[in-house]
Order: sequence, then structure tokens, then C-alpha cells
Amino acid sequence: MTAIPKYLRIALGLVIIVVLIVVPMNFNRYGLYILSQWAVMTIAAMGLNLTLGYAGQVSLAQGAFVGIGAYAAAITTTSGWPLIAALGVAIVLCFAIGWVLGYPALRVQHHYLAFVTLAFSTLAFLVFRNEDWLTKGIYGISNIPRPNVFGFATNRPLPFYYLCLGSLGIVTSAVWWLIRSPWGRAFVALRENPTRALSLGIDTRRYTLMAFAIGSALGGVAGTLYAPLTQYIDPVPFNLSLSLDLLMMVIVGGAGFFFGPFLGAMIAVLLPEWLRFTAGYYLMLYAVAVIGLLIYSPTGILGILDRMLAERRTKVASALRAVAKSRLETAP
Amino acid sequence: MLSASRVMFGHLEDVVMSNLLDLIIAGLATGAIYAIVAVGFTLLWQTSQTINFAQGEFVMLPAFLMLAAMQVGAPFWLAILIGVLLSMLLLGLGFKILLVDPMLRHGVLPLAIATMALAIGIKEAVKQFFSAEASPFPSVVPAGDVTLFGRHVALQSVGVLALAILAVIALTTFLNRSSIGHQMQAAAQNPTVARIVGVPVERMILLTFLINAVLVALASLLITPIYLAKFSSGEVLGQAAFIAAIVGGFNQVRGAIAGGLLIGVVDNLAAAYVSTQYRAAVPLILLIVIILFRPQGLLGRPEERTV
Repeated sequence: MTAIPKYLRIALGLVIIVVLIVVPMNFNRYGLYILSQWAVMTIAAMGLNLTLGYAGQVSLAQGAFVGIGAYAAAITTTSGWPLIAALGVAIVLCFAIGWVLGYPALRVQHHYLAFVTLAFSTLAFLVFRNEDWLTKGIYGISNIPRPNVFGFATNRPLPFYYLCLGSLGIVTSAVWWLIRSPWGRAFVALRENPTRALSLGIDTRRYTLMAFAIGSALGGVAGTLYAPLTQYIDPVPFNLSLSLDLLMMVIVGGAGFFFGPFLGAMIAVLLPEWLRFTAGYYLMLYAVAVIGLLIYSPTGILGILDRMLAERRTKVASALRAVAKSRLETAP
Repeated sequence: MLSASRVMFGHLEDVVMSNLLDLIIAGLATGAIYAIVAVGFTLLWQTSQTINFAQGEFVMLPAFLMLAAMQVGAPFWLAILIGVLLSMLLLGLGFKILLVDPMLRHGVLPLAIATMALAIGIKEAVKQFFSAEASPFPSVVPAGDVTLFGRHVALQSVGVLALAILAVIALTTFLNRSSIGHQMQAAAQNPTVARIVGVPVERMILLTFLINAVLVALASLLITPIYLAKFSSGEVLGQAAFIAAIVGGFNQVRGAIAGGLLIGVVDNLAAAYVSTQYRAAVPLILLIVIILFRPQGLLGRPEERTV
């Protein structure tokens, strides 16, 4: 990505931000709902990208954390708490559970960890469904209020979309800061070579747990926005397939690339809408597209871009070398 | 006092015992089916590092292929044959050539994700081309009861159990006694050395994919009469096979068999004695405990590091 000059990147970023603010202004209710959903899922996928892409721990439980966050928000806000307090509850809860769930990561790796988190995901779903006193079971929680932000009501779709977008912005900057901090570098060291990281004095135990906990907490943040977005939650959206979908978003966008989750969530949330004209075939086409993409580029969409840029860089470099060489030869 | 209560409750105890026996036999029957699926799962992992997240859908699909064959007029036996052959073609050969071969060099994770996408694809294709509703499926075992140890037990359970045990015995005999079986094991355990001593490793890997396709078709034939043919039935099955494979030992065929039987029985007993709401939780908790305290599984060997 470094081949693009800095001012161009900043300009591109600004254009995208302006487009995301201005263009949806005349979207209808449904379009805004889908875009808000994209923002929410991007936050959840960014958390998973931190766990998977940067720290290299496979988690199949991110959907469960979105669920925990959503239920925390739904239960607290329907009993009169403000959403910001619900956010605090969700973050603390998901961070703590994520920390505990990270312990197996210390003992087992790779596919075993995937199975532990898979089991956790299903257990969380069973709790959502069966603990009627807390979650109202299969009937779900309805009439979840939308918050007032600085005195502005977000009951209408557009203001709520801006709330989601603003939250996405805050999370993006926080994660951007995090992966450039010593913590983020420690996460990458963990993924690339845990033995060497340990020998360099990085407390790999703590950072593994931390990667899990922070990633899970971001799942909780996404859930806190999800509940007021749909204004009704039941256990069904938070079953295992949400975790699998989030994992696919991260991989398809490009695990370990900062903007991977944005693209992955866009494909997972928006592509089915664009393919709606194909009626019942759209999920089939989605599956085929994902498999095709992974065969072509296992590092996801940003992996293709990265490869193209790297190729151009080597071409430029070899051209420069050729020029330099011919100069040397023509020099007397 | 004690003897009086024994007389009074003797009958009740009898009922509980017979219920327990029924539960265990029914559990062993479903467990034997899980075992078949789990064996296929571990075979794919051993020979080509494929974690097949679509294994449950692989079990769901052949029943629909057989139903389709019957819809165009094939008798049941021919439909089974067509189903098994199509399954070998699609889920064995096709799966290997179109998905696993191009993905294998990229590592375990992208391949696992691709099989997740494949699971979605299969589910949606069945929903779209066949039906979203559950369809009944004829049983290879006739209905009715048999008398076993002086008790009436459903013939369905006993028949399924017997067929599954036969299949498992046939497979293990093939793997442990025949030359091709030995070559397959060699190809799985150490492909480099196997290649040096002249084992056609590529052909052996293809063979494991074909065996997996036959196993899932067999499991489909046995389980679909019990749970009906439905596009979404693969989710539960796949997860049960997963858990069975890990609990028993990811790198051992006999581990997968033991794990399958154990999960089947535990699942059935949990439904009767723990709570129907949390029955699904019991095997999962078993899974977490096993992974934490004996990650190689009950019968598995610790996995060697490959450098």
C-alpha cells in the first residue's frame, strides 16, 4: 500500500468519508438500514481482524460477542439506562468474557482454538434462547429505544446512520492508534513468530489474552449499536452462522489489512442486496464468489491489491536499476 | 423397611432401567452414524489437512440425490446406487479437484473458510432446487420392534447400529489389513517417505476423498429416515461429527469411532436426564473439557510438529 503517495491516500480517505456522509442523505429507509448494518458489521469485523489478522488467533465466537453486546444494550436500555451506559456494560462484559475465553488459546492453537470458540458460540446461543427471565427467550426483546446524542434524537433512520458512522469513525481511529502502538506491534510479533516474540521479552500470555479481549469488546460495541438499529432482538441472528459470516468478512476483505473488514463487510452486507434480482440464487452466487476469490487470492481482496502494488514496485525498481546500469556502462 | 421400599419401587426401577437401555441403544445408533461421519472427517484431515466445515452438508446432500433419482422413477435400490455414485463424483472427486487442490498450498485457514462457503452453497442449492420443506425418506431398515435381552427395542435403532458397525468394521479392516489401506496410512502419516518407498501418494489422497464420499452417503442413508431430509439438517450433524472427531482424537480412526458413539449416547442421555433445552450444551461442554485437558483426544496421539 505504501506505493501510493501519502497526500493521495489522505485525499482518497477524505473523499470516501464525504461520500459516506453526503450520498446517503436522499437514501430511503431501507438503504439507510443496510448502510447502518454495514457500519455495525464493520466494527465487529475489525475486532475479529485484530484477533485473527494481527494476533493470528482463529475465533469462531465473534457473533456471540455481538449477541452479548446486543442483549446487554437491549436489557439495560429497555429498563431506562442511557445507551452510553449500556455501551460501558457491553464493553466490560465482552472484554471479561473474551479474556477468559482466551485462556484456551494459551494451551491450544489453530483448529483446536477454532473448535473451543465454536463451542462457546453455540453455548451463548443456548443461553440467549433458554434464559427467559433475562433474554425473554425466543420471543425476543422489542421496543428497544434509540438514543439521544448531545440532545439530538436518533429515532429517524438518517440520524441513526450518522450515529453508526460516527461510532465506526471513533473505533477506526482507536484501532488505527492501537495497531501502531507497542501493543499492536506485539500482536503482530505474536502472529509472525511467537517463540521469537517471547525471547524478545514480550509477555505473549498477556498479549494473547489482550488480543482476544479487545477483539471481543469490539464485538460488544457492534452489538450495542445493533440492538437500537433493529429495535428488536431475538436469539436467531446471533447463532453460529453470524460468527462464520464475520470470519468470512475478515478473510474475504483481507485478514491483517487495516481496511480489510470494511471491504469484507461491504461484500457480505451489500452484495446480497445487489444480487437480490437473482431471487433465491443470491446466497449460492455469494458462496461461489467467495470460493472463487479465495482460490484466486487466499489473502482476500486487499491481498490482490497488495500483490499488484508490489509487482509495480518491483517493475519500477528494476527499471530504475536498468537505467542506472546503462548509465554506468555508458559512462566512460 | 428397606425391603418393603424395594418391593414398592421395584417396578419403577424396572421402568427406569428399560428406559435407560432404550436410550443407550438409540444413542449408540445415532452415535454410530456420527462415528461414520467423524471417520471421514478425520481421514480428510490426516491425508490433506482439510478441515471440512461442509461435512454436515455432505451428509445432507446424498439423501436429496437419492430422492431426486426416485422422483424420476428409479426403484429404491437403484436410487441408493445413483446417490452413492453421484456423491463420489461430486463430494469426492469434484470437491478435491475444484476446491481442495487449488487451495491446499495456501494453508489450513483459507481452505477451511472456503469449505464454510461451500456449506452455504450446498444448503442454498438444495433449498432452491429441491425444497425448503422437510421430506420423508424411506428407511432401509423395516419398522417394528425386536426383542432383545427380554425387552422390546425399535428395530430401526438396532438395524442402523448393525449396519453402521458393519461399515466401520469393513473400513478398519480395509485400512489395517489390505495393502492399499497400508499405503493410505503411509501417505497420511508421512507423505515424503511414502513417496520415496513408492506409494502413489496422490492416488491415495484421492482415494480418501472417495471413501469420505461413500461414508457420508451411507450416513445420509441411515440418518435421513430418522430426522427427515431437510436442507438445514447438516448443521447439527456436522457439529456432532466435529465434536466426535475431537473428543475421540483428531488423528485416529478408532478415536473418531469411540467419540461418535460417546457423543451419541451422551446426547441422548442428556436429553432425557439433564434438560431438553440444554441437551446440545452437554456435548459442547464435554468438547471444551477434552480440549483443555486432553487436546489430543481420548484415544489420540499428541500431534507431532511438522517443520
